[in-house]
Amino acid sequence: MSLFLIAALPFLGAVFPALLIRAGRNASASAAGLTTLLAFVGLMLHAPAVLRGDVIQAQFDWLPGLGLNANFFLDGLGFLFASLILGIGLLIILYARFYLSREDPMGNFYTYLLLFQGAMVGIVTSDNILLLLIFWELTSLSSFLLIGFWKHLPEGRQGARMALTVTGAGGLAMIGGMLILGNIAGSYDLTVILSSKEAIQASPLYLPALILILIGAFTKSAQFPFHFWLPHAMAAPTPVSAYLHSATMVKAGLFLLARLWPVLAGTPEWFYIVATTGLITMVLGAIIALFKDDLKALLAFSTVSHLGLITMLLGFGTKFAAVAAVFHIINHATFKAALFMSAGIVDHEAHTRDIKRLGGLRHLMPITFAIATVAALSMAGIPPFNGFLSKEMMLEETVHTAWGGSAYLVPGLALIGALFSAAYSFRYIVHVFLGPKRSDYPAKPHDPGVGMWLAPAFLVGLVILIGLFSAKIVGPLVATAAGAVIGGEKLPYYSLKLWHGFTPALYMSIVAVAGGAVLLMLHKPLARMWDNAPRPEAKVIFEALIAALTRLARTITDGLHNGAMPRYAAIMIAFTVALSFYAYQSGTLAAPTRTLQDVGLIPILGWASLLIATGFMVAMHRNRLLALVLIGVVGLVVSMGFNYLSAPDLALTQISVEVVTIILMLLALNFMPKETPIESSAGARLRDISIASVAGLGVGGLIYALMTRDFIGETISGFHLENSYKGGGGTNVVNVILVDFRGFDTFGEIIVLGIAALVIFALTEAVLGTRVRAYLLNRKPDLPQAGDSHPMMMVVATRVMMPLALMVAAYIFFRGHNLPGGGFIAGLIAAIAIIMQYMASGFAWATERQRYPYHAIIGSGVLIAAATGLGSWFSGTPFLTSAFGYIHWAPLEEFEWATAALFDLGVFLAVVGAVLLALESLSRFAWQPGANTDHAMDINPARDDVAKTENEG
Amino acid sequence: MIETAAIFAFVCFALGLVMNLWKVVTAEDVADRILALDTMFINAIALLVLYGLALGSDIFFEAAMIIAMLGFVSTVAYARFILRGNIIE
Repeated sequence: MSLFLIAALPFLGAVFPALLIRAGRNASASAAGLTTLLAFVGLMLHAPAVLRGDVIQAQFDWLPGLGLNANFFLDGLGFLFASLILGIGLLIILYARFYLSREDPMGNFYTYLLLFQGAMVGIVTSDNILLLLIFWELTSLSSFLLIGFWKHLPEGRQGARMALTVTGAGGLAMIGGMLILGNIAGSYDLTVILSSKEAIQASPLYLPALILILIGAFTKSAQFPFHFWLPHAMAAPTPVSAYLHSATMVKAGLFLLARLWPVLAGTPEWFYIVATTGLITMVLGAIIALFKDDLKALLAFSTVSHLGLITMLLGFGTKFAAVAAVFHIINHATFKAALFMSAGIVDHEAHTRDIKRLGGLRHLMPITFAIATVAALSMAGIPPFNGFLSKEMMLEETVHTAWGGSAYLVPGLALIGALFSAAYSFRYIVHVFLGPKRSDYPAKPHDPGVGMWLAPAFLVGLVILIGLFSAKIVGPLVATAAGAVIGGEKLPYYSLKLWHGFTPALYMSIVAVAGGAVLLMLHKPLARMWDNAPRPEAKVIFEALIAALTRLARTITDGLHNGAMPRYAAIMIAFTVALSFYAYQSGTLAAPTRTLQDVGLIPILGWASLLIATGFMVAMHRNRLLALVLIGVVGLVVSMGFNYLSAPDLALTQISVEVVTIILMLLALNFMPKETPIESSAGARLRDISIASVAGLGVGGLIYALMTRDFIGETISGFHLENSYKGGGGTNVVNVILVDFRGFDTFGEIIVLGIAALVIFALTEAVLGTRVRAYLLNRKPDLPQAGDSHPMMMVVATRVMMPLALMVAAYIFFRGHNLPGGGFIAGLIAAIAIIMQYMASGFAWATERQRYPYHAIIGSGVLIAAATGLGSWFSGTPFLTSAFGYIHWAPLEEFEWATAALFDLGVFLAVVGAVLLALESLSRFAWQPGANTDHAMDINPARDDVAKTENEG
Repeated sequence: MIETAAIFAFVCFALGLVMNLWKVVTAEDVADRILALDTMFINAIALLVLYGLALGSDIFFEAAMIIAMLGFVSTVAYARFILRGNIIE
């Protein structure tokens, strides 16, 4: 099976559980299980080749410009992790089917689980570090969903948030580290990076890259001082804890350490950072675990401790330690997942996982007892279980490791870690299962059904078998995986067996087990001491840190974004002016190449009117209605200017946009003070005036400079003029640009226009859905009202105008391809023709006669435009290529057809719908149904009848 | 002859436009200003048509037509706003 398919299967399969949950929980679980099984089988088909030492590859260039290739490869290490992820995933799916209760949304659970699984498989099979980073972030996100699966529990949400914050921040650091690494190696492909050890370790950026990558790995794998999120993530359902927090996700960091081991390891920096962190984490986790009364918290800290152990082994940088690390990854995954599942069973059946309330369960739950005991003994490092083997190797390796000149530090601390590890493992057995039967369990505990204990029993079977026949069962896997970790060099001598003779490691093991037993006996007084000792509470520190960060962010944001428009404008414009001034200073300006043209009297008058209107506007801008009137003047003069300067299309657009804008502004002004109050101080105003003047003069100067010189290169206009008719079949270049050359832009724009109108509609709906509605309905006009709400003269005039205006719109639309006009202008004209009816005859009258919702008009416009664009695919040309031709029908003159006209129809509809939807939404704020009972002049005969009967009556 | 007439007409309507603007700026009442603005639209139509005549082109006709057809809508909107406050009731 292709590696692409193996990585993609969980993602593809993630859809099914959520859908099939309607067919029942078994269907949902089976869908998840089958997907995983399929991927697992696909993986296993590669097993013989991988174990032979081959590397399976699958490559696909995704974004080669960025160096991001969807390359996958499968070597021993990836194969080991992928089998853990998919194999344990299968067991978890089975276990979760029986663990989750009827109230839990199981479909969602399996969907999240499969998403997570896909992301994990992606991490371990990526051959490109950018791709790996994407999957890395995906695991953070999907684990957030899984940890917070019980949304109703505050601990669940808080734990999920904490996990996401910590691992997300680590991921961010890792992106930086990976980019540096890729930069040094000259490629983002792992296989290339793995072969450039010398270049990377010699680079001055080695240490920054190492630290950043390690932060990513340590946060993910819960290494000190980032370990605190893992115990809080235990608020997740137990299957999640067993899967994410023991077997897979927390090992992603270890995977990364192992993956990059060949290039990063072997330096003193690597040894002192990685091995020390691992050592501290191992000892600290083990000590805390002994004093946790919550079963899952105990297991969480023991996981932290074991992850520290593996990190330490990888940090040693020796080949033997790498072998031990790989072996312990396998062993830990088996016994810890089984332990989590057994803790879940106890919780599920006894309704508590507080060790203080448990004990004596061996009589009530013999099967669970057997499973938990074997797994816990393996964790304690008791022969003949698998935990013993890898722990022996670890202890053996510590004896040969000196830290800063001291030969006793590492073995001594490792011994303490092992001692506490044995103690909490024994506690898990003794305090939960042994002892007398109690009478005060919250529920009556008994062994669960086979569905629930089958998965942990299987794992425990592995624990025993690997312990007894390790070389046969996992020997080849350990060899290939360890071979991949150390970069294909020759493996050191090691043997996976129980008896190595009387070695230092054996004595240390004996001391650890005996000391662990003693510690457990002293547990009561020790726990009292522990409880009384002051110690930092990670959650409090974390929350204080987050609160401080939030305050900092808020201070900065509020300082820049205080909601005052003048401030935004001042910051932006001052910055732009400064930038432009720098550009002017550092650049060169050639001498003008063009001479000024003569100006006639009328253009000068127009120019003067513009200046007068604008200047007057500046002086009087606080009177808002007057400002709108002056905008009308400016708009008129500008559209005259467009005509004079040979831009009739722009002139037509400008005229119609003016009208719509004025209506929009007046609708809004109805609810606003008619005078702008003075809010800023004289100094601030002076500052703003100077910024605005400098910027205005600067832009004026820039335009003058631009227009008195020829362009350096040839402009694109020539191309458009030449090809407008040839390529687009139209002689109006502006329209051909809109519907053909830049048709894709136009397509995007009408979508944006439609979205904007829909947002206005949605906001209106949202506001009118609140108490504001009542306020608006009872609102009294702030100025006295005069006259008639629907004056007859206006009603008649607008109704007569309507067909005329629509006719003009049709005319402008059809001639648009060859002469000034087009769908956009026609749409505005049609919209104004309809909005006239709203104004004259009233909102109620117009709405009654509105047959098609404006949303649908927008939608059909966008769809027609899209369909026209897609149509060109059928003739094998790119999106939006237009076709045109000529038709001659007998009585008519010959006329042109062009697919561009159909696209323009889409533009037309979208514009009509968007303008009307926006204006209608805004006018609904002021609409008071029933307030104006006098009907607009109505030609509806039915209403005459009503009037007649009323008169007669 | 026609050119002289055109120039004369240009000057007349341009002066009209400037006087309208004068009224927009100096009028006491907003209603007067709106009226002056509306008259500006009419003078603009005249100038556009004259310009077309002078150049012998019909390209400005649509612009004049649309100002004539739609220009009044904004005038009506201003007027409704002064009278009723709410332009769509």
